[in-house]
Amino acid sequence: MNAAYVIVALPLAGAIALLFAGCLPIRGPVGKVRDPWSGWLATAMTLGAFVATVWVWATQVGRSASGRSSDLNIFTWIPVGDLHVNFGLQVDPLSILWCLFVTGVGGLITLYSIGYMKGDPSFNRFFFYLNAFVFSMVVLVLADNYLFSFLGWEGVGFCSYGLVGFWFERNSAAVAAKKAFVTNRVGDFGFMIALFLMFKHFGSFNFSAVLGPLSAGHATLAASTATALTLLLLLGAVAKSAQLPLYMWLPDAMEGPTPVSALIHAATMVTAGVYLIARSAPIIHFSSSGQWTIAWIGAATALFAATIACNQNDIKRVLAYSTVSQIGYMVLGEGSGDYSAGIYHTVMHAFFKALLFLSAGAVIHALHDEQDMKRMGGLRKHLRITFPAFIIGYLALSAIPPFDGFWSKDTVLAAAFHKSPALWAVGVITAGLTAYYMTRQVILVFYGQARWADQSAAHGAAGHSAPPHEAPPTMTVPLVILSVASVLGWLLNAPFGGLDFINRWLAPVFPAAIAPSFAVHTGTKWIIGLVATAVAVAGVLSGIAAWRRQVDRPALEPAVLAHGWYIDEGIAAAVSGPLARTASDLSFEVDAKLVDGSVNGIARLAAESGRQLRRIQTGYVRNYALGIGAGAAVILFYVALRAGS
Amino acid sequence: MNVPSAWYLILAAVLFGIGATGLLVRRNVLVMFMCIELMLNAVNLTFVTFARMLNDVGGQVDVFFVLVVAAAEVVVGLSIIVAMFRRRAAATADDIHGLKG
Repeated sequence: MNAAYVIVALPLAGAIALLFAGCLPIRGPVGKVRDPWSGWLATAMTLGAFVATVWVWATQVGRSASGRSSDLNIFTWIPVGDLHVNFGLQVDPLSILWCLFVTGVGGLITLYSIGYMKGDPSFNRFFFYLNAFVFSMVVLVLADNYLFSFLGWEGVGFCSYGLVGFWFERNSAAVAAKKAFVTNRVGDFGFMIALFLMFKHFGSFNFSAVLGPLSAGHATLAASTATALTLLLLLGAVAKSAQLPLYMWLPDAMEGPTPVSALIHAATMVTAGVYLIARSAPIIHFSSSGQWTIAWIGAATALFAATIACNQNDIKRVLAYSTVSQIGYMVLGEGSGDYSAGIYHTVMHAFFKALLFLSAGAVIHALHDEQDMKRMGGLRKHLRITFPAFIIGYLALSAIPPFDGFWSKDTVLAAAFHKSPALWAVGVITAGLTAYYMTRQVILVFYGQARWADQSAAHGAAGHSAPPHEAPPTMTVPLVILSVASVLGWLLNAPFGGLDFINRWLAPVFPAAIAPSFAVHTGTKWIIGLVATAVAVAGVLSGIAAWRRQVDRPALEPAVLAHGWYIDEGIAAAVSGPLARTASDLSFEVDAKLVDGSVNGIARLAAESGRQLRRIQTGYVRNYALGIGAGAAVILFYVALRAGS
Repeated sequence: MNVPSAWYLILAAVLFGIGATGLLVRRNVLVMFMCIELMLNAVNLTFVTFARMLNDVGGQVDVFFVLVVAAAEVVVGLSIIVAMFRRRAAATADDIHGLKG
């Protein structure tokens, strides 16, 4: 029995059990909900999957670099002619790395959710979705072919939909869930067309058949095919990973419960696009224009989302736009040809962004669902564990050495500099903005006057006079673990002392044939690091200078940025304006008149010709006789004519 | 004396034409019936003529078939006519146009 099956089986078993647990007449200690038993079950399943992943990883480490990839076929799903699509698991360094942080971070967040979701009437349903999500995500990364991976891809999309709209009684949550789902359909369209193209070109979906010969250097791919496949897969990736131009669902996805934002919309699901690009590296290698497109989409998204994050007042929306921006860095690293840099940043981001979201969740929890940063402030005295955790996440995200974000972002920036100094410049500007908006957030939430106090006074009876309270241990334990990971995680791929574990671990997945290695000069690296640090410190200082004393600074918060460049409003206006008018015209003019008219016209033609034709049936014998006689005469005439000629 | 065959054929054609015209222009069902008989016998005449011309007895055999069928047809037709006269006095063919479209 291979432990890789366990990684998939445990979350699936948990999801199925929780799906039916809702029918059982079990009552937990807290009212009618199965609180907290289903949460503990889900946590046990996810952490069990993590243990199994570690086990698989340890087995792999014991093997030689080339023997770390194995293919486990569960059963053949579609046997049609020459096409065999399997439910198969591909265990290789890339998929196991992803599984490690999906199940690891996922387990911590499930544990945290037990405290966060306490007392929710749909407690059980929440943990069903979490386990179903982890299952879909490990299927996505462990699948040994694109089609099976696509199933996981759709599965995480479904779970995301269910969790964004978890509180579907709220209209905004239902709308946000719909928006996330519809936006992702656009990307799925690209993914599916890529699958069709792949089938036409390779006749297979298996990674071993499609990618194997390419990465081994045995085969090449025409640039046109490679570019088409790259761009279509990229369309899928930008929708799932919330990159330009399909980023707009992610900020709205913050309508979901905060642990969901941490797990799905920061740490794991949104990195599926990063995974897809990394997995398809052998195809992308043959498309130079595809690589440039990926790099520029990443850089543009990073900068674009960072500008919006500077002007949001919702504590979670700041982090959401920050996530979009940071995934931009990952995509930039991949587009620059340094896949392990992008993946390094993905893993580090999973640590510190999950930490930030969970800390934000603890803040929201402490203030009884208050999310507006303008109504917070002064919380550092009250939240003794959350505050330092948030500060660690803040320093890591702002790329202040020696925290996680600095090292991974620096690796990405070095790769970008090697690709093009322009890409690097965009990345550095974004780094400054990142430090600035995170400083603004920290000051608004934890420093200054306690603005929540007068809010509750203004609310009167509805207010909560009790001071903010620290979260229960189920919530603070994950914070502590993730804090440690955010401080020390960078050692997984430190650029000195032979500590570049991730680089070496991923080397068999990205051989030189498809990812030519390049070395950035050590002196250049120093300069890049120093410049990035200087810019980050400048961002922090300007943030402190701007927000230390004042809460409202309209000059620094232009409406255009607070509204996200009016992209959503623009789309809404376009859809409800010209598009709706066109649709209405099509419906009333083209459909009602042209389409319906032609169908009705044909029917009317048949009826009218029948009405006219029946007149020749007079009922008089002599008319029929005349007809018969005339007919016979015509035939005779014809025969005589032929006989004569 | 030997009457040329063409005369028989011309006579038959004239008889057929008289019958056909009568069928088309008369309204009395009984007269129309007689016209039909006239046309049948015109055809019989051509059969016999051609049988003589071609020395083929097949034409004369056909005439017997036509006579038998005509006799049967007379039975059916007359019974229809009798039924018509029972329903209404002095019925003409134009009175029965139940199949008018």
